[in-house]
Amino acid sequence: MAESAHAGTEGPVYESSGNPTGRLAMWWFLASEIVIFGGLVFTYLLFLWRYPEWTEEAAHTLANAGALNTAVLLTSSYFVVLAHDAAHNGRFQKAAALLAMTVAGGFVFLGVKAFEYSHEIHAGFVPSRSVFWSFYYTMTGLHALHVIGGMVAMTIVALAVRKGQNPQRVEYVGIYWHFVDVVWIFLFPLLYLAS
Amino acid sequence: MSDGVHAHPESFIGKYIFSVDHKVIAVQYLVTGMLMALVGGFLAYVIRMQLADPTGSVPGYGSLNFVQYNAVVTMHGTIMIFWVAMPVLLAAFSNLLIPLMLGADDMAFPKLNRLSYWTFLLSTVVLVSSFFVPGGAAAGGWTAYPPLSGTAEYSGGQLGVTFWLLAVVLEFAAFLMGGINFIVTIINMRPRGMSFMDLPIVLWMQFVAAIVFMLSVGPLLAGGVMLLLDRVVGTGFYDPAVGGDPILFQHLFWFFGHPEVYVILLPGMGVIAEILPVFSRKPLFGYRMIVYATLATGVMSFIVWAHHQFVSGIDPRLATPFSITTIMISVPIAVMIFSYLATLWRGSIEFASPMLFALGTLALFLLGGVTGIHLGTPATDIFLHDTYFVVAHFHYTLIPPVFMAFFAGIYYWYPKMFGRMLNETLAKVHFWITFIAVNVVFQPQFALGFMGHQRRIANPEIFEALATPQAIELQWLSTIGVIILLIGQIPFVVNFVRGFFAGEIAGANPWRANTLEWLAPSPPPHGNFAEQPRVYRGPYEYSTPGREEDWFPQHVPS
Repeated sequence: MAESAHAGTEGPVYESSGNPTGRLAMWWFLASEIVIFGGLVFTYLLFLWRYPEWTEEAAHTLANAGALNTAVLLTSSYFVVLAHDAAHNGRFQKAAALLAMTVAGGFVFLGVKAFEYSHEIHAGFVPSRSVFWSFYYTMTGLHALHVIGGMVAMTIVALAVRKGQNPQRVEYVGIYWHFVDVVWIFLFPLLYLAS
Repeated sequence: MSDGVHAHPESFIGKYIFSVDHKVIAVQYLVTGMLMALVGGFLAYVIRMQLADPTGSVPGYGSLNFVQYNAVVTMHGTIMIFWVAMPVLLAAFSNLLIPLMLGADDMAFPKLNRLSYWTFLLSTVVLVSSFFVPGGAAAGGWTAYPPLSGTAEYSGGQLGVTFWLLAVVLEFAAFLMGGINFIVTIINMRPRGMSFMDLPIVLWMQFVAAIVFMLSVGPLLAGGVMLLLDRVVGTGFYDPAVGGDPILFQHLFWFFGHPEVYVILLPGMGVIAEILPVFSRKPLFGYRMIVYATLATGVMSFIVWAHHQFVSGIDPRLATPFSITTIMISVPIAVMIFSYLATLWRGSIEFASPMLFALGTLALFLLGGVTGIHLGTPATDIFLHDTYFVVAHFHYTLIPPVFMAFFAGIYYWYPKMFGRMLNETLAKVHFWITFIAVNVVFQPQFALGFMGHQRRIANPEIFEALATPQAIELQWLSTIGVIILLIGQIPFVVNFVRGFFAGEIAGANPWRANTLEWLAPSPPPHGNFAEQPRVYRGPYEYSTPGREEDWFPQHVPS
């Protein structure tokens, strides 16, 4: 999320609600994201309710890999909390290093996910196999795109905060990363553990 | 606080093309939307000519086969809703008015705002180019129901629908960026002394419209991606053959599609709320009730969508609750309209062009609202569904905000945008032709709907009831109406272009209005105000007793 042009020294700072503009924008952005994933999750649940046999399909997902990824994401979220704390206390080098560790967590997550996808596709569970797999690939794929987006944003923020620029953005990417985490917490039981 | 005026970017390109200035972006949205309105208007002409003379060829277009006709209908609807109503009514007016009415120097995120416009322009290019791909533009209706949109053999085009979907997804991304900007700017950039209950109504309505858009578009974005995957990857979300469900798309579409009606209506109603007090020299009646009615409309717009699906095979037990909510949503809208009428009562009314268009909006919208009751009731809807009665109904609900309120707003704020007045005589000619022609176009369509004319039928005369001389006469009447309506826009275009070069110089506050945008010079410089003004009162203090002038601007201390 782009930061206000007013954050520099040139213009007045607007804060009539008492909250920083960037934080407000992030929460509204997440509100729109919630309805995107919410629409998908809700329709998936309706299908699951109508077709109990989907639980047999869900048994073919790699639940252990999914569990590992849950742990990886939760750990990376912990790092981003530490990064926020460090940035808040003016320790910018440390904040940047912690953000880098969060990004590394993202890479591990994507690696595990890629392994799962290739394993499933080789076993014949392709997106067009059934509507369950259509949902599986759409939901996890959209989530993975959000992981990638978060990694890019965190890299940009980390490079700037290393020089002491825009430390408040660490908090905003942190909020976003927690959201990506929470989405996964919904997807993991719904898709992997539905069996 | 520094002076708030930014360094000027020197180059023409930086200042007017890749600008981050909200006013320039507003004009960019306005011009793009108006050009798309020309395309949409031309398609309307093609549709009407085809229906009046189904076997002949359309002058200026040529003869159409049934698939081409469906493509024209699809693109007309798509363009008018997503590429005219949204950019012009929501994006252009919000971009222009939100910072000016808040006394701020720009939007909260000027660069995001620029990205929003350029994403929108890209979506426009993708959409327009879909006319020229092999197989032609999308022909599955603007609602893009599968299986029509899901399978090429049903709708003719293969690439056309894919382009259509890409364009729509890009456009929604653009308006999400814009919407976040509008919401955050209103929350965080209000001047000292301006509480939410001092906001001009148009900002309230843009605020609620942006929130409603953001919270309703997600499921359709997901649904659009699913449709794209169905077409491109071969998933089966909407394909019953592999366990999918085509009705699912209808739910996802209308969960967005019906709130979208209010996303368009509310900014239009807001424009009128600004104009009526100024040209009646009276405070807006029932400010708080209008605000609550706006909020109620926003909330209720989320629970009416299935009234589009009474004949789609949804559970009949769903029809009654959705019918009740549909008819209930007319209550907050009625609150607004009655408050507007009460504003006029005993005012010193001046029939200037913005006022004429504002009143015209209310008059036409009333017909749209009343005919909505027939369609919100399942018993009558089952008969009228998908007929020209529906077409006439939703044109009576959408033309008032999208065109009438838009024109009202342009005649009212043009002096602020460009620093010059528009010609009042041309404006009045424009109003009377438009107002009469709209009725000539759509009144016959109510009757044709009752006679059984279905939507999206390229040759209605294959049905006996529609091959009668009366029916054909009504078709011609409606078609002649469209031609008059389109010709009637020439005075507007002339006025708009002429005003830019030769209009009378406007001055900062030509209408003697209260809101903060009239404090800034016309046109406002980059940065708008020397310093963000302080606000002392609500926006509609006209004819205050004991005060010599009959207006009392928000920024003037008591």
